[in-house]
Amino acid sequence: MKLTKFGNLLAIGLALGIAGVGCKHKPVAVTPIPGARTGAVGEAGAGNSIGNGTDNTDRGASGGIAANAPGSHAGWPEDAETLKADSVHFDYDSSVVKSSEKSKIEAVADYLKANPSVAVRVEGNCDERGTAEYNRSLGERRALAAREELVGLGVDASRVDTISYGKDRPVDTGHNEDAHARNRRDDFVLLTPSK
Amino acid sequence: MKKYHCFNRLFIAAGLLGLTTLVQAQNDDAIRLSRNTEPGNTPPIWVSMSGFTGEAAAVLQFDLYVQGFGFTNANGAQYLISGSNNGNLEGRVMDHFNKNALVSKAYSGSTLRRQAHAFADDFVQALGRKGIGQTKIAFVVEGGYGKSEVYVADFDGHGPQPVTRDNSLAAAPCWVPGRFAVYYNSYKLGNPAIFSHDLSTGARRTVAWYGGSSISPAVSPNGRKVAMILSKDGWTDLYVADADGSNIKRLTKSPEDESSPCWSPDSEWICYATKIKERRALCKISASGGSAQRIPTSGVPNPTEPDWSPDGQWIAFTAQRGGFEICVVKAEGGEVTELVAGEDPSWAPNSRTLVFSRRSGGGHLSVLDVPTKQVKDVARVSSGVNSQPSWAR
Repeated sequence: MKLTKFGNLLAIGLALGIAGVGCKHKPVAVTPIPGARTGAVGEAGAGNSIGNGTDNTDRGASGGIAANAPGSHAGWPEDAETLKADSVHFDYDSSVVKSSEKSKIEAVADYLKANPSVAVRVEGNCDERGTAEYNRSLGERRALAAREELVGLGVDASRVDTISYGKDRPVDTGHNEDAHARNRRDDFVLLTPSK
Repeated sequence: MKKYHCFNRLFIAAGLLGLTTLVQAQNDDAIRLSRNTEPGNTPPIWVSMSGFTGEAAAVLQFDLYVQGFGFTNANGAQYLISGSNNGNLEGRVMDHFNKNALVSKAYSGSTLRRQAHAFADDFVQALGRKGIGQTKIAFVVEGGYGKSEVYVADFDGHGPQPVTRDNSLAAAPCWVPGRFAVYYNSYKLGNPAIFSHDLSTGARRTVAWYGGSSISPAVSPNGRKVAMILSKDGWTDLYVADADGSNIKRLTKSPEDESSPCWSPDSEWICYATKIKERRALCKISASGGSAQRIPTSGVPNPTEPDWSPDGQWIAFTAQRGGFEICVVKAEGGEVTELVAGEDPSWAPNSRTLVFSRRSGGGHLSVLDVPTKQVKDVARVSSGVNSQPSWAR
């Protein structure tokens, strides 16, 4: 085996040698570098306009309460203050609503029942631990968990939107556990129909 | 034309010595290569370099270092690299062992920088490997609180150009394989939606805009499908659709938060991160549906952000203890090699170099040669944190 391998190497060496000798005194080949790969990046948003994708009204699927069509509450003035004290906090790497946090969701449900024209957007957030897209999924799962609780308390699902900001919108930019605990949260933003 | 003339001669010479010899030698090479690319534990291939100056020398050093070459003097080198860069670049590589000229070329056109990348590629390709000197990356640059834009640049970070200018959140860019186009998610419409963006024309299309969050796109290697995470049905699950977003199919139905899908090179499997029995894990599932299979990553906590190497052999991912670690595991799972601190790895077309992000130094990108563990920092867009790199392939 060893001999064969050596023989092969020798043969290839000879072949390369012959080829090498053949090339030695020729002028070196000139390789033009095509400019295609350096082409300019087109202006974002030029060309086709951004429109709605496909049908988004699939509400029949099991395994979750179907989301509202995107833009259902587009243009509704936002109020992030009224329910600010009711932000729900989560354990590390968890989207389970703790029993200690349920009273806040009940307060949000009560507000929605008392004000039947308004809707709410649940914004899921994470601390800085964890990679970006992991946090974006976890944040959405946290928002969905609060939505499930609200629906369980009798709020119509059509009045609750969700969004995830992952780790992109911390309320505390510190790097300690206090900051992390504050950032692992759902915020409730009221949406009021425009007049 | 001259180049082909020499190439023909090589073939004629090889032909004279018999085709079987050539085929067998290739098999031996394959065995040697696989033994020599053990992650994190492989010595570099030693080269010496003379005659180049300034930018050309810097480009060659960068390109070769992150493809597993180490620099030493001529006595200790396996390959002797020499040339000049007065105006245009000329370069030669000689095998120190048998004195054969591997590469002897002059370059013209474009920039000196690009000529140096091309010469590095010609050397690497002469060794039977894929060069990465002229490849691109896409990544995210943060621009103030809750704002970020997608950029593309050369793989070493040079020539960055903004793709989005939405003054919104843009995230998770991924390349369309073989095309000058990317997918990403953007909050431009309010809630996050997935867009495709042709970088030659600037044309942008909505691929997925549903209620909740539509995030983490990954285009299949054959370009026909897109995997993504959607919450439209009330859970954060993995979906697959045609590349334009039509014919959508739900692949998982799990109350856990699936995240960050990637594809096997044959476009048959999707690997993603999830939670099983309260523990984070990597799984794979057939792109046409079926049951999920765990990819064991023994002893490593919190695996996320997998990326499957184009040769199908490896899955790179991020593990998290206190900080983040770049890891690789065989695609079927098993023993994990922890490489360096960092997160969100993406494979180069050569299946050995990774680009990844680090939060130190204001947040920047680095490239890592997996077998040798050699790392270089990528030039940074200075306006904000650089993260979420994706290598064009």
